Amino acid sequence: MNLTLHVWRQKSRDTNGSFATYQASGISPDASFLEMLDVVNEELIAKGEEPIHFEHDCREGICGSCGMMINGTAHGPMGGTATCQLHMRHFNDGDEVWVEPWRARAFPVIKDLIVDRSPLDKIIQAGGFISVNTGSAVEANTLPIPKPVQERAMDAAECIQCGACVAQCPNGAAQLFTAAKISHLGLLPQGQPERYERVLKMVEVMEEHFGSCTLFRECEAVCPKEISTEFITRMNKDYLTAQVKR
Amino acid sequence: MQLESKIPPGPIDKKWEYAKSHYKLVNPANKRKYDIIVVGAGLAGASAAASLGELGYNVKCFVYHDSPRRAHSIAAQGGINAAKNYRNDGDSVYRLFYDTIKGGDYRSREGNVHRLAELSVNIIDQAVAQGVPFAREYGGALENRSFGGVQVSRTFFARGQTGQQLLLGAFQALERQIALGTVKQFNRHEMLDLVVVDGQAKGIITRDLITGRIEAHAADAVVLGTGGYVNVFYLSTNAKASNATAIWRAHKRGAAMANPCYTQIHPTCIPQSGDFQSKLTLMSESLRNDGRIWVPKQQGDKRPPQQIPESERDYYLERKYPSFGNLAPRDIASRAAKEACDEGKGIGASGRGVYLDFADAIKRLGRPVIEERYGNLFEMYHDITAEDPYEAPMRIYPAPHYSMGGLWVDYNLMSNVPGLYVIGEANFSDHGANRLGASALMQGLADGYFVLPVTIGDYLAGQLGKKVALDRPEFTNAIADVKDRVGKLLSAKGTRSVDSYHKELGSIMWEYCGMARSADGLKKALGMIRDLRQQYWRDVRVTGEGEEPNQSLEKAGRVADFFELAELMCIDALHREESAGGHFRVEYQTPDGEAQRNDDEFLYVGAWEYKGEGNEPVLHKEMLVYEEVKLATRSYK
Repeated sequence: MNLTLHVWRQKSRDTNGSFATYQASGISPDASFLEMLDVVNEELIAKGEEPIHFEHDCREGICGSCGMMINGTAHGPMGGTATCQLHMRHFNDGDEVWVEPWRARAFPVIKDLIVDRSPLDKIIQAGGFISVNTGSAVEANTLPIPKPVQERAMDAAECIQCGACVAQCPNGAAQLFTAAKISHLGLLPQGQPERYERVLKMVEVMEEHFGSCTLFRECEAVCPKEISTEFITRMNKDYLTAQVKR
Repeated sequence: MQLESKIPPGPIDKKWEYAKSHYKLVNPANKRKYDIIVVGAGLAGASAAASLGELGYNVKCFVYHDSPRRAHSIAAQGGINAAKNYRNDGDSVYRLFYDTIKGGDYRSREGNVHRLAELSVNIIDQAVAQGVPFAREYGGALENRSFGGVQVSRTFFARGQTGQQLLLGAFQALERQIALGTVKQFNRHEMLDLVVVDGQAKGIITRDLITGRIEAHAADAVVLGTGGYVNVFYLSTNAKASNATAIWRAHKRGAAMANPCYTQIHPTCIPQSGDFQSKLTLMSESLRNDGRIWVPKQQGDKRPPQQIPESERDYYLERKYPSFGNLAPRDIASRAAKEACDEGKGIGASGRGVYLDFADAIKRLGRPVIEERYGNLFEMYHDITAEDPYEAPMRIYPAPHYSMGGLWVDYNLMSNVPGLYVIGEANFSDHGANRLGASALMQGLADGYFVLPVTIGDYLAGQLGKKVALDRPEFTNAIADVKDRVGKLLSAKGTRSVDSYHKELGSIMWEYCGMARSADGLKKALGMIRDLRQQYWRDVRVTGEGEEPNQSLEKAGRVADFFELAELMCIDALHREESAGGHFRVEYQTPDGEAQRNDDEFLYVGAWEYKGEGNEPVLHKEMLVYEEVKLATRSYK
């Protein structure tokens, strides 16, 4: 396959960027999108130019490192997949593809397609955990958890913290990410003691860094783990309850 | 160099208790006076950093990712073993200990392995308390499945994302400590050297991956949880950034490297489909609970699998190993796949593949059950290959997956350099010559949550008031060394990219130091690696500058270290004139093609000492003492 790429190039956080156009030639339809970029990068290096910088690691769709806007959509056209699991067979020979870094005020560009997503970790630091020190746990089967509850918690816990939800949101909101963690922990009996304090603290930090949710639901559409916006509803309910309890 | 294993006295099941009761302690009020550096935040590093923070130590945690949650532990799929015996199927701590010793082909330390089996049950308790959503039965109790090399069901799992969920548990515990201020987190920092002062590990040198700044950090102890090194093969199941630099730099500063030739080739990975391929994807071993592995009986049979009648299929694992069948251990299953392909029975365009077939399981259990058990793995397979495993069998082939070898550590997880601790896959300690499935997560977390936080106090108790200042020459010299290396890589300005060299190195290693090794092949590989390494330093092309984000430069440093490690792996493989676990020397096999150990001559850990550029490394032997388990030929028949 042959494609024309328009890729955002930006040397550093403090410099201006622009699109550069490259030809990706002889690409196998079985290659992943990132492997296609590898091919382009090898050609750039051969010409003595700097390769396109992008974040990636596991290339199995689980580490959450990769992510870019592909023709305006986070992680590209497939839905339910991270960029590393997007394969070129889903493109057509001769396609023109626009590749940009995540678009969000909270995620400044570091270089080319690499952005700074550290505010997401700050939300976890605010309360995205169960406060249990090593060694103080009770026997695991002491606490039976109904299978549907555990499955629902797992649906939320699958989040890979890639930031696609924020990047796709017209408001740059991080509701889906935050709600997924709040729901994962808040659904489980272990998470009950801190449930309401947790939602207050995490939402507060979320609002410091990110935009507001106005229920566009673009986040759900691009989430590689297809995490449901129902969790946002759940978070809002917990948040209201927490405020009443305050 | 003295290698003292420091195995505590007493019966096997009382050793850990004895050790814990006799370690020196650091008074709670004094703990905050100690600085501990933890490098890496996978299962081992994150659990260690969090637990040390909880104890009150000052922890500095370094990762090269943008967040500690990206570590490659996150990609572990199938599960984690624990001797809970929830299935009432005869499991026990002793049985997990025995299975692990046998699975490792009698090349691991009894004391360490028994402690691991004891702690396995605490890990599950700890993870559940943190909110790890392990799979459950309808009654609400935890569910289990089986993994290779054992005959009980002791594997706990969270769909096909067990590593992710366990890592998130540890990551969240770490983030909690960061918020509390006990852990200072350094993201996007790569360790490029270890600093040793008067024989003790006292700090590290890092490169800030955003600004390119080379910095020194001092501490009272350094803990490496930096993972394994099978990316030396270029194509592996490891994440692209997984590398050996931290342990290799420590090795060059005096830490012994143990059993580097013990690498695990995992039997069930998606086969390579072209030259563009950047990594290989694992299909969880859990699939072998229900999937049956086969090849056509006839050589070169290119019919679609559904058209090959039952009588013309060879379910070779079930045939050769009737009692373990498709759940034979990884080293054995991988070699059997290679053998079938070498005989010309391999499937797929390249002929390097075998089938993993779910047709029988779907018939027996129905598609919904298979979907519930393996749905996400089937999807992943479908995404990558565009083939539907519900309709046609999966095509699989072995791929490099894990390194049992690593830095040498004693029972306390301390290397031979005092103050340098090594945990998780980065050390060599628990898996012998072959690791059983679902045991890596167990070891990483046992080391990080329960072993290191206790053992490190024994060393630190003697270090009060022995801090070193950053202006000591050991630090300034190490900074200069690192800058010099970075400068050399940038100034080579050669003709070929880092990746092109890495691929070439990987193919040499796969050919001569992969699933089957021979003296001739290894000698040839050593020559090829040395030549290629020289060419690399002259001819590599690293674009960009040092004082900016530079992914070419990051890779270049890692590949430079892989060259040196590759050489040591071949030297180790050449010296070990026996077959054991994942180390298969074609000269040493039984008449039916199984690994033939030589306990008379090789019942030891081979730990190599670095002797400087251009000098041969020196072998030190830690003899393995089996008091509990009787040495026997491993049989899964």
